[in-house]
Amino acid sequence: MSNIQAANRLTPYMFLAPAAAVMAIALLYPIGYMVWASFLDWNPSQRIGEADFVGFQNYINLWGSDSFWESFWVTIRFAVVVVSVEMVIGVGLALLLDRQLKGMSVLRTIFILPMMIAPIVVGLMWRYMYHPQVGVFNRWLSDLGLPTIPFLSDSGWAFASVVIADIWQWTPFIFILALAALQSLPPSAIEASRVDGATPMQQILYIKLPLMMPVLIVTCLLRLIDAFKVLEVILVMTNGGPGLSTEILALRISRTASEFRQLGEAAAMSNYLLILLMIITAIMFIYTRVNDARLARIRAAGAKATQEEEEA
Amino acid sequence: MAIRPDDRPHPGFYVLLICLVFMSAGPIALMLMNSFKLNVDITSPTAGLLFMPTLQNYETALCEFLPYDPEHLRRCDPTFGRALVNSLIISLVATGLTLVLGCMAAYAIVRFRFMGRDAASFTTLIMRMVPPAVLLVPVFGIWNEQFGLDGTRSGIILVYVAMNLPFVIWILQSFIVQVPIQLEEAARIDGAGPFRVFFLVVLPLIQPGLAAAAIFTFRIAWNEFLLANALSDRNSRTVPVTIVNSITEYNIDWGVIMATGMLLAIPPILFTFFASRQIITGMTAGAVKG
Repeated sequence: MSNIQAANRLTPYMFLAPAAAVMAIALLYPIGYMVWASFLDWNPSQRIGEADFVGFQNYINLWGSDSFWESFWVTIRFAVVVVSVEMVIGVGLALLLDRQLKGMSVLRTIFILPMMIAPIVVGLMWRYMYHPQVGVFNRWLSDLGLPTIPFLSDSGWAFASVVIADIWQWTPFIFILALAALQSLPPSAIEASRVDGATPMQQILYIKLPLMMPVLIVTCLLRLIDAFKVLEVILVMTNGGPGLSTEILALRISRTASEFRQLGEAAAMSNYLLILLMIITAIMFIYTRVNDARLARIRAAGAKATQEEEEA
Repeated sequence: MAIRPDDRPHPGFYVLLICLVFMSAGPIALMLMNSFKLNVDITSPTAGLLFMPTLQNYETALCEFLPYDPEHLRRCDPTFGRALVNSLIISLVATGLTLVLGCMAAYAIVRFRFMGRDAASFTTLIMRMVPPAVLLVPVFGIWNEQFGLDGTRSGIILVYVAMNLPFVIWILQSFIVQVPIQLEEAARIDGAGPFRVFFLVVLPLIQPGLAAAAIFTFRIAWNEFLLANALSDRNSRTVPVTIVNSITEYNIDWGVIMATGMLLAIPPILFTFFASRQIITGMTAGAVKG
C-alpha cells in the first residue's frame, strides 16, 4: 500500500523532472553564471577561473559611461515608440476590419507572414529596400525627381528606418490579438448599446475598448518585453550605427562580448537588462492577478443578484 | 463611418484591405522577385518588373545538391548546403525534444498538486522574458569550458530546448486545462497508469496545442542567429549564421543572398499557409492566459 502511495507522490516529479533538469542546466545555471561573470574582469581568451574578481567595478563603469546610457535611452525610445505605434495601428485596424468576411482567413494568413520569417531575413529585406542606390525607396524618390534619403547612414533616419521595419513586422501581432479579443466580446452588450442609439464611435469608446482592455494590456506588455529582445533585424540593417543611434542594449551586449571581448562588462549589462525586464514582467503579473480578482468579484456579485432575483 | 455588422462594407474598406495586403506581402514578394534576378538586373536603375527570370542564384546556393554542374559556377561553395543540413537537424531535434519535455511538464503543473508546483509554474513564467542576448556570455563560458559542447550541434540543440521550454509549457497548460478530467478518471478506473493516461488520453486531445507549440518552437530554432553564431564552428553553422557572414562583406552579392534568404523563409511561410489557424490559436492562448 505504502509503495503505491509513494509512487503516486513521485508521479508529478517524474513528469516534471526532464524539463526541469534541462532548464536548470541550460537556463538557470547560465543565468547564475552570468551574475558571477559580471563581477569579473574576463575576456574570451581566459578561462573563467583565471579572470580577476573586480567586485562591482563593471556595474560602476557602466553607470558612469555616457555611451551605455545612450544605448539605454535608445532601447527605451525604440521599445516605447514601436509598441505605441503598433498598438494604435493594430487596434485601429482590428476595429475597422471586424466583420465576417469570406476572405478574412486568407488575409490573416498574409498578415502573420512578416512575424514568421527569420528576423535575419527581415533585416536583409529592409536593408535592401533602404539601399542608397539599389533600394526601391530611393529609386522611387529619384524617379519622382526628389532628393534621395540616407535611410541607414544618417542617425535620425536610421532610427526611424529601424522603427518602421519593426512596425511592419509586429503590428500584425497586435492586430490578430485585438481582433480575437473583439470577436470574443459578448454580442449582447454591443447589440444593447446599438438599440440604445449609441453611434459606432460611442460603441468603440464606451463598450468595445473598455471590454477589450484586459487583453490589450497583456498584449501590450508582452510586446514590450519582446521589443527589448529585438536584435537580429537591427544587427543586419545597421549593426547599431551610425554612431550609437540604433544600438539597443541587446545588440550592445552582443557587440561587447564578441567584438570588444569584454565578457564581464557584457554580463553586467545583461543584468541591467534583466532587471528592466523583470520590472515589466512584475507589472504584468500584478495586473493580471488584480484583474482576475476583480472579474471574480463581478461574477460573484452577478451570481448573487441572479439568485436574489430568483428568490424574489 | 457607419459600421454595423449587417450593412455592406464601405468601398474604402476594400481599398484599405488591398493596401494592407500589399504592405504586408510587398517586401516579401520583392525579395522573391529579386532572388530570380541576375545582379545586373537588381542593380540596374531601369529594370523593374520586366526581367529574364533565372535560377542561377538558387543554383549557386544549392550547388552541392544539384545532380549537374551549373555552367555559370567556376567552383561550388558547399557552405550553404552544409548549413541547410545543420539547420534542419538542429531545428527538428530541438522541436521534438522541447515538445516531449514541455507537454509532460505542463501536465504535471496542471493536473497534480505537489510540493514545488508553484515554484515550477512561477519559474516558467519568469523565464519567458529572458532575452537570448542575456545567455550569450554564459554560453561562451559554460558550453566550451564545462560541457565541452562548443562547435557541436548538440550544444546548440541544448540551448534551444531550454530557451523554448518555458513558452511551450506555458502555452500547453492552457490546452491541458480544457481536457475534461472525467476522461482521465475513467481511464484511471479502468486501470491505466498515469503515463498511459497521459500518452493515450491527454496527448491526442491536445493535438491543436501541440501543433501550435511545434510551429513556434521550430520557427525560433530555425530562425535564431545570435546563440548559433556563438556556439557553432565551420561544420555546425546554421543558415542564419552563413547569411549574416556573407552580408558583412563589403561587396554584397544581392542575388545569391536574396535566394538564400528566400530558402530560409520558405519553411515558415509554408507552415503559415498550412497551419495559420493553429498559429493564431497559439498566439491568442499565449496572450489571454496571463
